[in-house]
Amino acid sequence: MSKIEVRALSKSYRVAAKKPGIAGTVNHFIYRRTKEVLAVDNINFKIAKGEMVGFIGSNGAGKTTTLKMLCGLIHPSGGYLRVAGFSPLTRDKKFLRQITFVMGQKQQLIWDLPPLDSIKVNAAIYGLSEKECSNRTYELASMLDLGDELYRPVRKLSLGERMKAELLAALLHRPSILFLDEPTLGLDINAQVRVRQFLSNYNRKYGATIILTSHYMADITSLCRRVLLIDKGRLLFDGLLQDLIQKLSPSRSVIIELNSPQPIEQLSEYGEVVEYDKNFVRLLIPRNDLTSKISSLLIKFPIKDLEITDPPIEQLIGRLLS
Amino acid sequence: MLTIYLKKLFQFSRIIFSLFSSQYALMLEYRAEITLWAVSGLLPLIMLALWTGIENPLVNYLELNYLKRYFISAFIVRQFTAVWVMITFEEDHLDGKLSPYLLQPITPFWRYVTSHLAEQFTRIPIVVIMLIIIFSIIPYSFWLPSLSSLIFGIIAIMLAFWVRFLLHWIFCMCCFYNDRASAIERLLLIPYLFLSGLVAPLETFPEIIKKIAYITPYPYIMSFPARLLSGQDVSLFLGFTGLIGWFILLFSISIITWKIAIRHYSAMGA
Repeated sequence: MSKIEVRALSKSYRVAAKKPGIAGTVNHFIYRRTKEVLAVDNINFKIAKGEMVGFIGSNGAGKTTTLKMLCGLIHPSGGYLRVAGFSPLTRDKKFLRQITFVMGQKQQLIWDLPPLDSIKVNAAIYGLSEKECSNRTYELASMLDLGDELYRPVRKLSLGERMKAELLAALLHRPSILFLDEPTLGLDINAQVRVRQFLSNYNRKYGATIILTSHYMADITSLCRRVLLIDKGRLLFDGLLQDLIQKLSPSRSVIIELNSPQPIEQLSEYGEVVEYDKNFVRLLIPRNDLTSKISSLLIKFPIKDLEITDPPIEQLIGRLLS
Repeated sequence: MLTIYLKKLFQFSRIIFSLFSSQYALMLEYRAEITLWAVSGLLPLIMLALWTGIENPLVNYLELNYLKRYFISAFIVRQFTAVWVMITFEEDHLDGKLSPYLLQPITPFWRYVTSHLAEQFTRIPIVVIMLIIIFSIIPYSFWLPSLSSLIFGIIAIMLAFWVRFLLHWIFCMCCFYNDRASAIERLLLIPYLFLSGLVAPLETFPEIIKKIAYITPYPYIMSFPARLLSGQDVSLFLGFTGLIGWFILLFSISIITWKIAIRHYSAMGA
């Protein structure tokens, strides 16, 4: 049974349309013109229990708006929505106890107090006993590598420490559905890795369903097998990340380091030369011919080193969206 | 059945207590600001100086001692009925801070209530110090209310706070429709100043204005508790009926308006 089911979901907003300059300002003061913006346009998908799904798309594509509708923060303009068997619009307490929404750029922790104060409030709100609260705090803090930070005012914590404390507070009630909007935004590489490991462990340990949006493709590639690609409110792709890569790039990237420079004309017989710099060459070779072409290259050219990769996913998606 | 209700009551009390204690801890972080806020509530004392410092036939009519006690009581009432929920609610709405609150299984209403109560609790020692200073400056204005006046006065102040808070909370719902809805708070200040008895005791008002005032909640949230504390003869029945009636009415309206307005939340900034 699906944990999340979305059918023909749409959301439109009315926004003020003002022309620039004094005349535009006066006109706007006298007569307000508005226009309708379709943020989410008739999207459909289902997510099963325990799945980790990456929600990708450019800025303003409709990712966050969709997440806000899924958790019941905003009302859709149309369509059908069921999350954990509930209509999020009703904001049923049983539903709210099963979800959490972590926003990378927003926080629920009280700024001037240590995270433990906010955690204690959450424990009371979700009806956890003192013992349960301290056990869960200890468990999550170990998973997140948090210690003394829980006793320092939030304002004194680094961005990474704050994000980890946010996750702890948001997951204290052990939600079974996690909506994560840019959870690694602004974090350094180490903190990003730690957060990813944590999410992966949480998903494995508690069978939680996770929907994640991120502009860092590394978050998506390391956590999610399945992705939803959205652009201008429309769902362009729903499937395995690997299938998306194959669909977007039927070729693989082959980086060759040569012992001595070779003519570009000869190299281009084996694939599309996308980079050529003396001894370094990058070729795009169709997946179907990859083995035979590589074998020929190794025989014909003095090759020092060779690396086969998929083209960067950011590039592929960027190309598709542009 | 009773056990379930008791359990729910215990659970709710625990939430309120934990919200209150976290807000109290937060208020103590900002004790200097709270002191300034408390000092800024001196308007009744300024009115006292104005009323007693000028040649005014009404002063003779009302008796000087009564005026002093009334305005000092009004000062106390104002300190513990201060409401700023529209400003914080609008900020939270515009900054997106409201979103995490809305995703928890308790309405954000209680967060704002406990935040006000915590602030009032922080004010207690500041108000006591201010009263000591006032009575040191004008010692002949000192009085001790009777025990019954004190108890009823405290209950009236608590109810007055609730009535004022609910009134402002209902207008907070305008934030879901307009980004600058807190301007309404300035508008609410006018009838509050004029009709509550804050700038002048209601007895000095023309009969028609008095009648108009008593069909609004304002006399009940200022004049009634202030007169009670100052030892005046007031109808407890009428005063408390007015407060409880307004409380029930505003509480009911607040539930309906919340349900309607929340549908318009756009989760802006979040």
